[in-house]
Amino acid sequence: MDWQPLILTFKLALTATILLLVVSVPLAYWLAYTKVKLKPVVETLVSMPLVLPPTVLGFYLLVALSPSNIFGHWLDHYFGLRLIFSFQGLVFASIIYSLPFMVHPIQAGFSNLDTTLVEASYVLGKSKIKTLFKVLLPNIRPSLLTGIVLAFAHTIGEFGVVLMIGGNIPGKTKVASIAIYDEVEALNYHTANSYSLILFAISFSILLTVFLINGGYIKRFWR
Amino acid sequence: MIEIALQKELTAADGIMKLDVDLRIQQGHLVTLFGDSGAGKTSILRMIAGLMIPDDGQINVNGSNWMDVKKGISLKPQQRRVGFLFQNYALFPNMTVQENLTYALEKGQDKKIVDELIETIELGDLQNRKPGTLSGGQNQRVALARALVRKPEILMLDEPLSALDTKMRMKLQDFILTVHKRYNLTTILVSHDANEVIKMSDEVFFLEGGKIIKHGKPVDVFASKRVSGKFQLFGEIINIEKQDIIYVVTVLIGANIVKVIADESEADSMSIGDKVIVASKAFNPLIRKIEE
Repeated sequence: MDWQPLILTFKLALTATILLLVVSVPLAYWLAYTKVKLKPVVETLVSMPLVLPPTVLGFYLLVALSPSNIFGHWLDHYFGLRLIFSFQGLVFASIIYSLPFMVHPIQAGFSNLDTTLVEASYVLGKSKIKTLFKVLLPNIRPSLLTGIVLAFAHTIGEFGVVLMIGGNIPGKTKVASIAIYDEVEALNYHTANSYSLILFAISFSILLTVFLINGGYIKRFWR
Repeated sequence: MIEIALQKELTAADGIMKLDVDLRIQQGHLVTLFGDSGAGKTSILRMIAGLMIPDDGQINVNGSNWMDVKKGISLKPQQRRVGFLFQNYALFPNMTVQENLTYALEKGQDKKIVDELIETIELGDLQNRKPGTLSGGQNQRVALARALVRKPEILMLDEPLSALDTKMRMKLQDFILTVHKRYNLTTILVSHDANEVIKMSDEVFFLEGGKIIKHGKPVDVFASKRVSGKFQLFGEIINIEKQDIIYVVTVLIGANIVKVIADESEADSMSIGDKVIVASKAFNPLIRKIEE
């Protein structure tokens, strides 16, 4: 069995999750506290990957990012970035594809937090940034963890988007889910089963960890 | 001197209410905003703190202009030196008692004040506990201490005692009076308990439907007709009962229930829930120490 697709999958999931966290915290903060009328539109856009077939998303990304089109050309010209059929492209696509899984829990975390906590911090003379890092984020740790894990697990599981935009290049864009499909096509059921079992076990343990931590079981165990 | 003029349209339970108040508060005084819920008391505090923006008005605190709608001036909450005690305490659950207080320190401010406050408010044993593990009264004390760390020019207390039992209430009232005097604060207290107002404040503003209908010394405001009594107690009618030709009016004074006899004409003018004064001048009340 070739380990490369699995390693690539986790490299992709890890990179995408870290970048997603950086993007999602400000976005979720804005969505939770803004009173702008445009908010439902932005919320809809963020949530689209939940309902859209991954192939549709992959198709439009492929079209948009192609160097023969304006956006793709601009990226290529100014940043030397070719996002189709490359690892960077997969990261970009994964960020969009898993965005709702990271943004929703964090946004819910912010919204459910008592607004007087924020007001109390402001009245104590603290800036918005300090309030965000010292008061808000530490108090929504379970939501952050949920977002991180869901985004990570969801990125591991993507198939349609990767196939459309990444193709199937070994070592570059051939992730585990595609490798499984390949092996089944070639009737190598045994290898397909090995990949599948590993993905199953890992996904199960990740989710179990979240439920244990957020349910307070770990804390109780340590006491 | 603190001069406050505020106008704002508020959406209350029964339609729109126009809040329109003028307050002049002397430096070092403890004043109360008194009135039923929905009279606009909390909104006034929030506008002074900068958490709510009025439609019109100005706030001038000891010569410095905090807000003037016409001139387009409005300091951010961060820039106004106020201490705010929220009804629900608003302590940060992720920090210990001590961390809650040190968080409030300003850049370069001496940490000594934190220790001093912890001591004043008798929180020494609890300083490493998180708010979630403390009782309501303890949390309230922490919140009070935290509000004082910055040495505010105005301390605002939004019904700080309504959720506490009588014993805890008395203790916290004393704490508030202690810190009010020790730190020479100007304090605005929101309350709907007449006894509390009389015990605590130098001046009371009586609010109804967003307007100040009376203000002055608490005893004068609550006693519309002066009674020259030997003793006066303020309470609330909880029951009126006819017995033969007289009426027995049950009054709740603080935590105590008192029965007073009234004649028909008096009883007719009263109803359950009315705020009343129970006064006496014709006899000497007996006083004895309670054996504990």
